[in-house]
Amino acid sequence: MLLSEIQNILDAELLVGENMLGTDVRAACGSDMMSDVLAFVKDQAVLITGLLNQQAIRTAAMMDMVCVVFVRGKRPDSDILEIARESGIAVMTTTHRMFTACGLLYQAGLNGGLKIR
Amino acid sequence: MSGNCLHYHYVVPGDDFTQAGMASSAVKQILKQLGLDPQIVRRMSISLYEGEINMVIHAGGGEIDVGIDDEEITAVLTDQGPGIEDIELAMQDGWSTATEQVRGLGFGAGMGLPNMKKYSDDLKIDTIVGAGTTVTIKVKINNSKTE
Repeated sequence: MLLSEIQNILDAELLVGENMLGTDVRAACGSDMMSDVLAFVKDQAVLITGLLNQQAIRTAAMMDMVCVVFVRGKRPDSDILEIARESGIAVMTTTHRMFTACGLLYQAGLNGGLKIR
Repeated sequence: MSGNCLHYHYVVPGDDFTQAGMASSAVKQILKQLGLDPQIVRRMSISLYEGEINMVIHAGGGEIDVGIDDEEITAVLTDQGPGIEDIELAMQDGWSTATEQVRGLGFGAGMGLPNMKKYSDDLKIDTIVGAGTTVTIKVKINNSKTE
């Protein structure tokens, strides 16, 4: 699924990464707990989160993810967006809640990656 | 250690959570520029990031020294924090002394040390309660384990 499709499906506003909309991704994860993202993410390229701080972007960058979607209409400040630019991570914000955002993307064919165990 | 060796030094401020991860990001950038295998870069970056976050959350900051030679990447994280009372317990998945405030920042699920062990080839923890902790993380450049 292209990042541009994710943007459309979530009716999201793109805040960083115009040049990345053509990036193709296969799996995503939804979490507010970065510890869990660091422990369990393997090949998921998109992080859907309600955690609004620098560490959401840094965590995604460490995991080689390409996009962070903030849910519930959360808007990152300029410091957070700057880290995303430096890290080459696209950032979107959607007014959908976490469950709905994940559900819409799953329904459209994006999966959650391999089962943990 | 053999051949060329690169050294980098970082000071991790302990009073500003927003800065946590800056050193790890810089190291990741260096490892990428050196053209190392992406899996090696990723594993070192995650281990170091977990360690850096721990330093900020638990120890009031500290210092990180990174050495890269032909064989391995070594990161030594030194702090003057409270130390770890029971390392065996601290290594257990899900065990954490993090405050509710830290959990609100997205960390403190008790996966930090287990994760550092999982992603590194070697993890050594020297700690003295009341005096501080030194964590040494090694990731081999060749013959490294796979995730």
